[in-house]
Amino acid sequence: MTATLVVVQPGLHSTVQDAGRFGAQAFGVPVSGALDLDQLRLANALVGNGAGEAALEILHAGPVLEVAAPSVRLALAGFDATLVVETGEGRTIPAWRSVVLKEGERVRVVASRRAACVYLAVEGGFDLPPVLGSRSTYGRGRFGGLRGRALAVGDRLPLRRERASERGDLRYPDPPAADNGPLRVVMGPQDDRIRPESIADFLGADYIVGAAADRMGLRLEGPALAHVNGHDLVSDGIAWGAIQVPGDGRPVLLLADRQTTGGYPKIGAVCTADLPRAGRLRPGDRVRFTAVAVEQAQALRRAHEAWIRRLIAGAVPADERVIDLEALYSANLVSGAVSGFEWDDAGVALE
Amino acid sequence: MNGTGWPRLLPQGDAALVVELGDGIDREVSGRVTALADGMRRAAIPGVVELVPTFRSLLVHYDPLVLGFADIAGRAGELLAGLQAAERRLRLVHLPACYDEELAPDLADVAALTGLTPREVVRLHGSVDYHVYMLGFLPGYPYMGDLPEPLRLPRLTTPRVRVPARSIAIASAMTAVYPLESPGGWRLIGAVPVDLFDSDRDPPALLQPGDRVRFQPVERAAFEDLRAAWAAGGQTLSVEEVAA
Repeated sequence: MTATLVVVQPGLHSTVQDAGRFGAQAFGVPVSGALDLDQLRLANALVGNGAGEAALEILHAGPVLEVAAPSVRLALAGFDATLVVETGEGRTIPAWRSVVLKEGERVRVVASRRAACVYLAVEGGFDLPPVLGSRSTYGRGRFGGLRGRALAVGDRLPLRRERASERGDLRYPDPPAADNGPLRVVMGPQDDRIRPESIADFLGADYIVGAAADRMGLRLEGPALAHVNGHDLVSDGIAWGAIQVPGDGRPVLLLADRQTTGGYPKIGAVCTADLPRAGRLRPGDRVRFTAVAVEQAQALRRAHEAWIRRLIAGAVPADERVIDLEALYSANLVSGAVSGFEWDDAGVALE
Repeated sequence: MNGTGWPRLLPQGDAALVVELGDGIDREVSGRVTALADGMRRAAIPGVVELVPTFRSLLVHYDPLVLGFADIAGRAGELLAGLQAAERRLRLVHLPACYDEELAPDLADVAALTGLTPREVVRLHGSVDYHVYMLGFLPGYPYMGDLPEPLRLPRLTTPRVRVPARSIAIASAMTAVYPLESPGGWRLIGAVPVDLFDSDRDPPALLQPGDRVRFQPVERAAFEDLRAAWAAGGQTLSVEEVAA
């Protein structure tokens, strides 16, 4: 029988996403992919997958999944998110570590209170066919992922591996913390279509993420921005993180499922080092923008890349005893001390 | 060059370069955009992720860990300077089109607003070869122009929540076909029996920027037969190569 994860409860919006669908934007096909590529990559690294392997992206409220395979290794990325095993005696597994679950175990993904999206990676990835080179779900086009849509009750997510490998579990001793600093923006290419006082407003004011927030983009509430010569533009291409200013002057920050082209002036685009932070914004969150030059944005990206590589290289063996969070809190072992456990003590072997 | 001030090479964030060749909708500018895209594709510059040609500009998506902005802008500038008005062969695609009133919910209104009869609207719509300026909005959605002057109307004030897949639509100087069911504000005057987008096909979009399209009116019965053939996977589209 095929190894699967059975969807007992689907969560609010859980989709299969990888690092995105490239090469078909000229045909009008959005890139899609994970809203937060950092967390996707960090979750994948914990289970030994490549950075861009498809994982489950979980928005706001998590699913309940049952293991229909001899065993499966999972890892959750996402700040304070947790996995709660609801079968047997029950146990809570924190984010930022891998864990092996056995056949018949049911696990609830408790999403983060600090991020819109969290990522659940499975060792070996999901056995789903790539569409136009990617396993990312594109809902509007109804393709990619699992039947081109979000998870529904009774779905079975096919696993490429029959059982977990013997490689042992890993964790990040120093996982990333939420960062609410301003999003850095390269101004343009159509900032000349926005009035100078509106540019000052954009860079000086607090914006609030509106309720109309999805994988396509975020509407931002705050000072309305005034156009020069109206808001109609001959449609042109849209990059990830572009900030469009439609007729009502309320900026829209475009994310993974953005259209490939659009006809509103773009005041700027969030730099790639900050896109993961933009992707995890939730309705009601406060956002500020600050302008950087393109060269500076590229230097930030290189530094960001170095940071995430260090983080991944710093993963250490995870001890089974780490799993019980409550026991950890009561023993005050959450930081530091756990790294003192020896690999051999965990009873897991490397391949 | 189209007037002064172009080309403009501008960053859109730190992973995309916009090469603007004009600011309006113009076949000459559009031709230069596709020629630049072809040139960049041939140059196969390491770090270039993909190219998105639009009406008047080319968006070059690149990996900022491989290429700096100055590098990619420099390469694009060189290619632009060496661009030849090459002898291009175009594809002329014959698209069967059915203007039956059941498939054309806005045909009567378009006739009323333009002072034409529905028959004249249909005749005018099929009277020219359209240039595919770009694909966008939805997978495989072609922006085709230019629509004959008398048919140019603004979009609907209130967009439809559901436009059926394969609807032929018009708005200002453009005509298009909705590849998928989607919300939409263009006026619907007919339908095609063919699938403009299929994620299992290579390339997935039926039409490419730079193609010419001629609508060939068919009666309802023939339309249904063609639709059934397409749905069954039998593709019966006529495409010829023509000089630019």
